[in-house]
Amino acid sequence: MPYTNISTKAKQVDRRPMNFMERIYLPAIAKGLKITLGHIFQPKATINYPEVKRPFSSTFRGLHILNRDEEGREKCTACGLCALSCPAEAITMESAERKTGEEHLYKEEKYAAQYEINMLRCIFCGLCEEACPKDAIYLTQTFAPSNYDRKGFIYKKDDLLIPHPSSKN
Amino acid sequence: MILTAITLGFILEKVILVSIILGGSLGIAMYSTWAERKVAAVMQDRRGPNRAGPFGLFQPLADGLKLFMKEEIIPTLSNKFLFILGPSLAMLMACMTSAVIPWGPNIVHADGSVFTLQVADINIGILFIFGVVSLGVYGIMLGSWASNNKYSLLSGLRAAAQAVSYELAMGLSLIALVMMSGSLSMREIVEQQHGFWNNGYFTWNFFKQPLAFVIFIVCSFAELNRAPFDLSECESELVGGYHTEFSSMKLGFYLFAEYINMFITSIILSSLFFGGYNYPGMDWVALHVSPLFVSIIGVLVLLGKAVAFILFFMFIRWTLPRFRYDQLMDLGWKSLIPLALFNMLVTGAIILAFQK
Repeated sequence: MPYTNISTKAKQVDRRPMNFMERIYLPAIAKGLKITLGHIFQPKATINYPEVKRPFSSTFRGLHILNRDEEGREKCTACGLCALSCPAEAITMESAERKTGEEHLYKEEKYAAQYEINMLRCIFCGLCEEACPKDAIYLTQTFAPSNYDRKGFIYKKDDLLIPHPSSKN
Repeated sequence: MILTAITLGFILEKVILVSIILGGSLGIAMYSTWAERKVAAVMQDRRGPNRAGPFGLFQPLADGLKLFMKEEIIPTLSNKFLFILGPSLAMLMACMTSAVIPWGPNIVHADGSVFTLQVADINIGILFIFGVVSLGVYGIMLGSWASNNKYSLLSGLRAAAQAVSYELAMGLSLIALVMMSGSLSMREIVEQQHGFWNNGYFTWNFFKQPLAFVIFIVCSFAELNRAPFDLSECESELVGGYHTEFSSMKLGFYLFAEYINMFITSIILSSLFFGGYNYPGMDWVALHVSPLFVSIIGVLVLLGKAVAFILFFMFIRWTLPRFRYDQLMDLGWKSLIPLALFNMLVTGAIILAFQK
């Protein structure tokens, strides 16, 4: 059966025997050297990472933060919508009821006693951000730093909460 | 050759010279590994080692330290004596070639005594080099056979066959040169290429024997087991080739021997074909500066030429793909040897014609 070419990019291979100029190899070597030596003067593709950082796009989705309101109270009410929307099932939380005297800590009557995101499971899709009815979770422009063990990638509530506005440092 | 009375001073002089040459070749070999990685990197639009020290200059030290710290593994079913002898022999042979190389012009002291920048000016220098170079392949053969590994053995076979085939063409190409200069002594051949221009023609052998040079440099690629002729260690077929089973400093010896060989080969190439320590305008320089400086400039010129050749070896390695085994043999036996013989014939005819 004749071979039919589906790809438009395929080129017919030239299978003629090499002629004299090709058989002495030297012109081909000179040609090759011209290409490789030309690359010496071309800009390097590598970025010197810790010193130079690549700019992210404005829509980059990185590490999560848990937001506070203007008075520094946690916005999260532990409704669980973020965990529900998460396609990678990276978010878990435990809710608790606000006691009297804790009004300065939590914005509403219910809050997240524990809140964990497993950064190894997270795919940074941003669905949690979209699902949140309280504007409590946001994705930032940084990414998770490397770590030596898996435990280090499970971010607790303390790691995720943005600093209290009164603690300016 | 001048017979010298062997005195304590003579021995001391030679010991110092040998130490400097060995240390220097080791240092240059070390930094060749760094240069190789940098060359590879810039040719591929990368940066290469740049973390250890400025421009990554301490990278060879880190690599050496790493090799020393690695665990020594000797395979249970290997021939232990030969397994250790292999890399040692490779290293020894790599270092031995430097003995007959004239590194610079003689330093004549005020009292008339002469300090030769050459360990031994033997009158069969080129023969000595060929002898040592052919012994060098034993290091690879013994090591690969002793490691009791099929890939190593295949690599050893390839290395031996390759060395035998290309040594022939290499020797034949040099015979034309030797016929022309009428001497096998390295010092004599370099002295004949004095200056750059004499009696309306270039003095360097490259301009008199361009074909011999091309054959010689192609053969030295094969002798060095470097790309495009690195069939004895081709990673894509033979894992690591002859050094698959080697670890720690035994592996280091093999890698190091390769780079020392490259340096020495570059020196030989520049001595035989590019005038060694001779450079244009050297007579003018000799009149205007002190004899010591003349020698130092000569050594630097030779090293500069060698560095240029080392870079050329690297450029070629990162440009060309590897030859197939049958193509390698074809090139050696069907092209280079007839070409070398033809070159010999033409050289002989011209010498005869000029004698009459």
